[in-house]
Amino acid sequence: MSDVLKISDLYLRFRGYTGVTEVLHGISLNIRAGERVALVGESGSGKSVTARIVLGILQELRTAKVQGGLEFEGRDLNKLSASQWHDLRGTAMSIIFQDPTSSLNPVFTIETQFAEVLRRRDAKMSDAAANARAAELLNSVSIHDHERVLNSYPFQLSGGMNQRVVIAMALANEPSLLIADEPGTALDVTVQAQTLKLMHDLVEQSGTAVFFISHNLGVVREFADRVYVIYRGRIVEHGPTAAIFDNPSHAYTRALMAAVPRITGGGIPDIDDVDTAFLDPMVIHDGGAT
Amino acid sequence: MTPILSLKNISKTFGSGDQAVHAVRDVSFDVFPGECLAVVGESGSGKTTLANMILGVFGQSGGEIWFDGELLPARRALEHRKAIQLVQQNPLSSLNPKRSVGASVRLGLDVYGIGAKSDRWSLVEQALQEVGLPPDYRRRAPAALSGGQRQRVAIARALACQSRLVVLDEPTSALDVLVQARVLRLLNDLRGDKGLSYVFITHDLSVVRNVADRVAVFKSGQLVECAPTREIFETPKQAYTRQLIGAVPVVAPEELRLRNRLASEETP
Amino acid sequence: MKRMIVILLRNPLSLLGLILVLLVLILAVFADFIAPFPDHRGAVIDFVHFNKPPTSRNIFGSDLVGRDLFSRVIYAYRISLILGVVVLAIATPVGTVVGLLAGYLGGKFEFVLMRLTDVFLSIPPLVLAIAMMGVLEPTLLNAMLAVTVMWWPWYARLVYNIARSEREEGYVLAAEVIGASTFHITFREILPNCLPAIITKMTLDMGFVIIIVSSLSFLGLGVQPPTPDLGSMVAEGARYLPDSWWLTVFPGLAILVAVFGFNLIGDALREIFGADQ
Repeated sequence: MSDVLKISDLYLRFRGYTGVTEVLHGISLNIRAGERVALVGESGSGKSVTARIVLGILQELRTAKVQGGLEFEGRDLNKLSASQWHDLRGTAMSIIFQDPTSSLNPVFTIETQFAEVLRRRDAKMSDAAANARAAELLNSVSIHDHERVLNSYPFQLSGGMNQRVVIAMALANEPSLLIADEPGTALDVTVQAQTLKLMHDLVEQSGTAVFFISHNLGVVREFADRVYVIYRGRIVEHGPTAAIFDNPSHAYTRALMAAVPRITGGGIPDIDDVDTAFLDPMVIHDGGAT
Repeated sequence: MTPILSLKNISKTFGSGDQAVHAVRDVSFDVFPGECLAVVGESGSGKTTLANMILGVFGQSGGEIWFDGELLPARRALEHRKAIQLVQQNPLSSLNPKRSVGASVRLGLDVYGIGAKSDRWSLVEQALQEVGLPPDYRRRAPAALSGGQRQRVAIARALACQSRLVVLDEPTSALDVLVQARVLRLLNDLRGDKGLSYVFITHDLSVVRNVADRVAVFKSGQLVECAPTREIFETPKQAYTRQLIGAVPVVAPEELRLRNRLASEETP
Repeated sequence: MKRMIVILLRNPLSLLGLILVLLVLILAVFADFIAPFPDHRGAVIDFVHFNKPPTSRNIFGSDLVGRDLFSRVIYAYRISLILGVVVLAIATPVGTVVGLLAGYLGGKFEFVLMRLTDVFLSIPPLVLAIAMMGVLEPTLLNAMLAVTVMWWPWYARLVYNIARSEREEGYVLAAEVIGASTFHITFREILPNCLPAIITKMTLDMGFVIIIVSSLSFLGLGVQPPTPDLGSMVAEGARYLPDSWWLTVFPGLAILVAVFGFNLIGDALREIFGADQ
């Protein structure tokens, strides 16, 4: 199976008034076709900037210096021009963000926004064709009153509904890679659970690879096939989900696991949130990346 | 035992006529001294409105609020405000970015006249130490602190007021999991050491399981179920409660077993 | 603080602004020592050297009654800066208080205060000033009064907008829950968050006040002779263009330099404070 995404030794530095800040210290990860891979870390770990680097939008910041291998479906992303990279976004790779309602433009109807998304791939698509396809896509996310939803503005729909709309739009052009940046975090827990199940099913059907970024271990466990754990810009552990959860080996991963409160009780453990052991070398489980 | 806080038939309606929103409907529950009562619900459950009424941010449309055996009027006196304090969710927004962290903690001391004026800075430093921060942090701006540290300042602010009941509105939801663990431990320790009572509002059931003595579940402004924590999780009586527990993304195998067990039991 | 200095000095434009403003300030403050003919700011007649183009004696040339233009320009700077400082010293606090109260208290306060502000804002600034001066005697004091009256509503609106949005912030709720007084919340909590915008606006306004007063003087409604004012000088000299070009060009350039300098600094301040928000 070939890699949809391959990141090799990625470094990210920001040039500021006070000097250079290193955010990513040489991370490597890969995602095969149809795989669901999670990148787990806390805030400041560098997980969100990684997504933006893959999309090519971080590199537009003048203060950012990116170095390292980025391959998408065999193409070297570093060699792409800005417009070539732009063409990939929304077609071959798409992204879902944390807050669905603010991801949608408040002054346009859902219909208009769907049309805009669909025309990224087929610029000449007629309104009728776009609406028909939008209706199909809404069906796939279990939204059946198409007319009402298409004619609505984002603020008229609930958070959960908007999240499904955003997922439908992200999958509209049949991307090979879907990046999900903390999806569902802004939603209620019951809605989040439904949304994740929906994403799971859709992605299985379409065979899209998913790059799932999260700080929520529970969500990762339910959704991902393989997990990379990132701490302060370094990958500290990776392997198949079951291996990571049954046998977390790196000090940081173990701290994270222990710190998550359990619904079966057990109290709040006494953990240091900073430990020199967190900087230990990476642990790789069998069945991890090549 | 007299409850330290008692809500009797509390309701709150915003707007009127066709556009009336019944944010809270006929809610009654008690909080006992020294306990942590969790208020659980999703968006639209009315939990924030409830918190605002407990804190006296605005008055209720109907019903009574009793604190330590005294009926609370709609316009609170300073001594009532002193007794009930708030820790908010967003540590960045709850501290004035243009004032030092110490100034924010000191506000309550000045308003309530706690200690002599010349002693107040040392009281501030004491409060900071109690939450595990160095006393000289009092000069720092909030932007210079991490999320967890800011949240600890917010807790210090409530402590400095010598309050008896603290309303915590999603106090750790904006924090990373390791930092959350430390802050939750701190809250637990402080409650024991100082005999505080907590109204702990959150949507995160896994946190609730480990910090609360009793749990009150809300939906659409109404109280669905209120019971000791263990009971709520192991033998929930309402379908909605089951639904909430079933939706929690879990990490450990024993949690999965609990969820599966609950899912297979149907409420009659 | 350090960041502020770095931004100010690194950016060539803001550095230029800084230099220009310092130049204006030094000229205005030390006018008595720098001006070659300090008494020419008053009523002096020198028909030997009148209407002369720039020479080594009069580096900006001399005006129609023989006064040294360079000296008069420097003293005009002093007047303009004083005017600017006085106007802002009154208009800013008044506007800020109105905006704070309207923004935080809302309700009837907001309605009354902001509608009052709207009345003033709906009249074009210069028109309002001219109308007032039409009624009052044209003296420097009255010109300052007119400009102050039309200035405060802009601060009221600016501060109102900020106060309105800040009142939703967590720290305001925290202070309300504690039971802090309205005075404390508006002046000690919300006001510090309005200061960056206020200071930036004040800096930009310095240039703007100079233009407004110059415009009034140009129309004969502001500063009266023999007191030097850049606008009046431009007006008088305009009749003699292009022959006695120096009478208009140098005062005009002086206005340009001052306004440009203040604008550049204002932009730099906006960048510095803006990043915080």
